[in-house]
Amino acid sequence: MSEADRRLVDAIIGMREKEAVEIATEELAAGLEPFEILQLCKKAMDVVGKNFEEGEFFIPELVMAGEILAQITTILKPHITKEDRDVGGSRGKVLLGTVHGDVHDIGKNIVGFMLDVNDFEVCDLGVDVSPEKFIEAIGRESPHIVALSGFLTLSFDSMKNTIDAIEGAGLRGNTKIMIGGGQVDEKILEYTGADSYGANAMNAVTLCDRWIAETGI
Amino acid sequence: MKKTGEQLYEARSQRIQDAVELREPDRVPFSTIWHFWPARYAGMTCQEAMYDHPRYSDALHRAVVDLEPDSFAFMHPAISLGQTFEKLGFRMLEWPGHGVDEDSTYQFIDREYMTADEYDEFIFDPTGFFLRKYLPRVADSFEGFAGFPNFPAAPYFGLAHASPAFTTPEMSRSFERLAAAGREMLTMLGSAIPMVQELAALGFPTTFGGFSMAPYDYLADYLRGSRGVMLDMFRHEEKLLAAIEKVCAILTRNTFDLPRPIPNNTVFIPLHWGLDGFMSDAQFAKFYWPQLRTLLIKLIDDDMIPLVLWEGDCESRLERIADIPAGKAIYFFERTDPIKAKAVLGDVVCLRGFVPVSLLTVGKPAEVDDYCKRLIGECASGGGLIVDGAIGIPDDARIENVFAMRDAVRNYGQSG
Repeated sequence: MSEADRRLVDAIIGMREKEAVEIATEELAAGLEPFEILQLCKKAMDVVGKNFEEGEFFIPELVMAGEILAQITTILKPHITKEDRDVGGSRGKVLLGTVHGDVHDIGKNIVGFMLDVNDFEVCDLGVDVSPEKFIEAIGRESPHIVALSGFLTLSFDSMKNTIDAIEGAGLRGNTKIMIGGGQVDEKILEYTGADSYGANAMNAVTLCDRWIAETGI
Repeated sequence: MKKTGEQLYEARSQRIQDAVELREPDRVPFSTIWHFWPARYAGMTCQEAMYDHPRYSDALHRAVVDLEPDSFAFMHPAISLGQTFEKLGFRMLEWPGHGVDEDSTYQFIDREYMTADEYDEFIFDPTGFFLRKYLPRVADSFEGFAGFPNFPAAPYFGLAHASPAFTTPEMSRSFERLAAAGREMLTMLGSAIPMVQELAALGFPTTFGGFSMAPYDYLADYLRGSRGVMLDMFRHEEKLLAAIEKVCAILTRNTFDLPRPIPNNTVFIPLHWGLDGFMSDAQFAKFYWPQLRTLLIKLIDDDMIPLVLWEGDCESRLERIADIPAGKAIYFFERTDPIKAKAVLGDVVCLRGFVPVSLLTVGKPAEVDDYCKRLIGECASGGGLIVDGAIGIPDDARIENVFAMRDAVRNYGQSG
């Protein structure tokens, strides 16, 4: 890794936004391939994710790192090919969304971020997602895992209805379903009929790791 | 001999006061904070609760009389606002019939209501910023205020020169709409407050009479949005801190100045963004706790009782937040481990809450009973425990579970 490469990685990990964007811009102008700049960003994001897992970073750092990455990606965009974007390939596809009736998205976004830095392909359906939309997206995306998020108590029924609908549509098959959110625990897992739940974003990654290993995808 | 309403009121108030002051009461108090649960209990939808305040009053009255809590939350000021919101053209919420289903609770719209480059303006002159920029953004009815004169810059003859600003159709429409909103609010309070007085005569005190918030939450919820304020920690640290200090001063003064329709010196302070995971300990120590503590100390100095709802899990904060005068406040916990909370805070504050939302919502009465029995066994010794749902009674709590919680307190909470 060159000195500039190291400085880019350090600036992202250090949350030094301006410096990170400047170095990425200079590296591109100096002829470094966009693919290589993306690789450096990925290296930095891996550290950010690891620091989050280890309790050194918290949500503000994830938000800031995501913002830096978005800015660098915007600069690189005109120069990127599809192959560049698929850096490292995917370990599995996760369909993610906040269930019907609930518009909270912080927990969902953190789970999406952590899955992404752990090399899962994340298809985020947004908030207030109806069971029909989940079913349609499962048909379209063929995910390995469906992750339902919810913060309000009304989300318990929405999660249950979504899972029942997925089952009713004959799409449960090999697709694993996890749930998560502020109030979700063993009790809610039992109520909704999901395969498992995550108390935090790291649990979501661990579950995906385990399920992908089990199914040998 | 049957106790009078006055005697019951005194006994219940004393029970809670003993818990707050860390003395063992005659029985562990059972107190409620709730939103739509009384409406559900009476078979009303959330929309009906927001629009039909006489019926919501009946529902609340019935829930209190049936449940017999040691105190109950008078929530009309946070529920019965449908008509007032419509007249205001309020944009910060989605509520039943306005963005969410008729039987869904309202939901806050987390958005950037003040841009990062407006910090200086807000810090220099929050009132001017609110009048001309912020209020027109958050409610249609304030749109005419965009042309509100800058009076500090127009004294003396300036008053005459500023006066035409009030002749515009936009300004007139704003005043008409605001007056209409105000009339809706007065009508609602006028019908609801006698119900509170009636319940007081029957022996039921209210849980709180005032409301406040953490200065950081004010910035995150109402001005910069949760995402904006997190980015500001890195991009605009000094300005964020200056704004938090400004808000701390505003809130501290305002908490005393606000009219309190019901006499109760407990101030409810629900917290949103300071829990474990939402920021590091260093960030909590810089942006959150010192300014919140300032507010709590001012309240305590003025003989008020802060009732602080620590949402989520706050285990990592326990040592830090123990730094307030003993026997003067209530800390209301959601997912923080009660045993750890008791160990660290047992000599400092009265603990409240803990009964899990999931248990009250989808559990069985026997499980609620088991949980409450254990909670009382672990946390009630020496006083300083008030039993309630972890964030109050969830809207979707099963009726039998709420009564099981009440019964468990009666069965296991007697002193000695």
